[in-house]
Amino acid sequence: MEAFGLLLHGFTVLLTWKTLLLMMVGLVLGIFVGVLPGLGGPNGVAILLPLTFTMDPTSAIVMLSCIYWGALFGGAITSILFNIPGEAWSVATTFDGYPMAQQGRAAEALTAAFTSSFIGSLVAVLLITFLAPMISSFALKFGPPEFFAVYLLTFCSFVGLGREAKHKTVISMSLGLLLAGVGMDTVSGQLRMTFGSAELLRGINFLVAVIGLFGISEILLTMEERLALRGHAAGISLRVVLSVWKELPKYWVTLLRSSVIGCWLGITPGGAIAASFMGYNLAKRFSKDQESFGKGRIEGVFAPETAAHASGTSALLPMLALGIPGSGTAAILLGGLMVWGLNPGPLLFVEHKDFVWGLIASMYLGNVVGLVLVLTTVPIFASILRVPFAAVAPMIVVSCAIGAYAIQNALFDIWLMLGFGVVGYVFKKIAIPLAPFTLALVLGSRAEDAFRLSMIGSGGDMKVFWSNGLVGSITTLAIVLLFWPVIDRAFAGVARLVRPAKA
Amino acid sequence: MSNTELEIVVDDPTAPEENSPAVVSTGAVDVIVSLLLLALSLVLGWDNWRTGASWDSTGPQPGYFPFYLSVILGAASLYGLGAAFVSRREAAETFVTRAQFRRVMAVFVPTFLFCLATQYLGLYVASFLLIAGFMRLVGKIALWKSLLTAFIFTAAMFVTFDVAFDVIMPKGPLEAAFGY
Repeated sequence: MEAFGLLLHGFTVLLTWKTLLLMMVGLVLGIFVGVLPGLGGPNGVAILLPLTFTMDPTSAIVMLSCIYWGALFGGAITSILFNIPGEAWSVATTFDGYPMAQQGRAAEALTAAFTSSFIGSLVAVLLITFLAPMISSFALKFGPPEFFAVYLLTFCSFVGLGREAKHKTVISMSLGLLLAGVGMDTVSGQLRMTFGSAELLRGINFLVAVIGLFGISEILLTMEERLALRGHAAGISLRVVLSVWKELPKYWVTLLRSSVIGCWLGITPGGAIAASFMGYNLAKRFSKDQESFGKGRIEGVFAPETAAHASGTSALLPMLALGIPGSGTAAILLGGLMVWGLNPGPLLFVEHKDFVWGLIASMYLGNVVGLVLVLTTVPIFASILRVPFAAVAPMIVVSCAIGAYAIQNALFDIWLMLGFGVVGYVFKKIAIPLAPFTLALVLGSRAEDAFRLSMIGSGGDMKVFWSNGLVGSITTLAIVLLFWPVIDRAFAGVARLVRPAKA
Repeated sequence: MSNTELEIVVDDPTAPEENSPAVVSTGAVDVIVSLLLLALSLVLGWDNWRTGASWDSTGPQPGYFPFYLSVILGAASLYGLGAAFVSRREAAETFVTRAQFRRVMAVFVPTFLFCLATQYLGLYVASFLLIAGFMRLVGKIALWKSLLTAFIFTAAMFVTFDVAFDVIMPKGPLEAAFGY
């Protein structure tokens, strides 16, 4: 296998003291961010991104992806010990994790959560290792029309498959695409939507928007709620770890099922949240003893955690191979790649072999190191929650401001961040989803370039999007997905007409 | 089995009351946001039309793509406006209660002042003031603890960013006095 050799090469890139140290720092920061209320994966990565600006890209991405793994691990700690999901995808983990903690089996639940997270990520990383090079070499044949069709597919599947009200997804997405167009037009060099403002000339930076939308707005939202918490402290002993691991083979079906669900949902922009619930519900449905779910069953921890991490990890596959992020955090990592002057997409595998395989190798290593780290340090991280929120909140605000400023050394960006914070707060409260906005903002200019290049190539003929089998089927699929709710209803209606007796 | 005798309990002395009156309903905010988005789409659409939203010999003009996006945004906000008026049930829900609003403002106003202070005093002085002030005034934490935490955090940030990683932050008169 060519991939295997390249992966080994990736490990050699990685195995230096400096990189390993950065990895540990990243993991610790990530767990920290995952445990703190009002922060999470995307915010943590966005805020800490400026730290990496002066590093070389490989060290930077290793540190950032480790922050991401750390945040994924950290979310499980608060859901099990305090019944507070640090992340939306940890909600399903609380169903059985918290009851286990109440019964004095916190250590068991935590071990189960971390181990299954590890397994989920591992399956997804294996998938990335072997699938990403294939997809990217296939995508090398893509021209602008194909790329635009893939972008269209991404956008349409958000609208068609998302659970939010359709017009709200459309609003969020078109707003993101519009804001991505502010500033200098890349093709003609003309200014657009700047209204004579010199500050807007630079355009609206994606990361500044993300820091505001997620970081600042999350602080505002967290403040709104009652911040009292009550939970259990727990240390994990080696004996518990081994006893849980001895049980593992019994649950191989659950683990495998959740991994597959997670990988699938991670690649399609559905996200980890849906995956964790689906993993939990399927484990429950296929269980012989459905009643015991929700009362502290270890399988109820295995299932959602495996799925959440598998999808969180596999979200990086489309980002690496096609330049299309599968999740909000992947979108931020993509923003980071662009800051370091790397162009995400199929060419990355050809032009920056060291970087890509270093990153993939770091996924393996980061997960192993992360697992050991969380198992040994849980008590320390759980006690972080004792720190009053009044001390944590201003620190997060300051970190956000540093992050926003450092991206372009512009004071205006701090104000922009504050503005996006308010927008994010209001949008979250009236259920306008933020993920499509983030995705649109990061992909906006690339999608537009692809569209205009294909139009220039075809002389303005829209038929270019159906000019061959490949691009035609992607475009058609995109349109089908866009109208999926309507089509679904139509099918159901037809089925009812055909078999009225069954209805 | 592990020892879970240890409990972690954190109280929230300034928690918002449960039965606080609503400041504004979700329906009203829905309408306001839809109107704002509609206005935004009109402004952006007009600007792009001015830039050129048609085709020329080389393909679409710079305003073409964003112009049609403004149209989509406008249409979606109009739909949202209509939907907000039609659904009465959702409209009655509380967007934010007065107690919650007060708490949100307790974060927003200091953050705003912090941004303002950053402009004139530099980021580090502003962050010291924000953390110390917020902990003391909002969190009701002892003054010495607040000052100490603020100082340690700000110093740590300075060492991490300006010294170790060479990420230069905006400075004010205080840093200038020390020669930075």
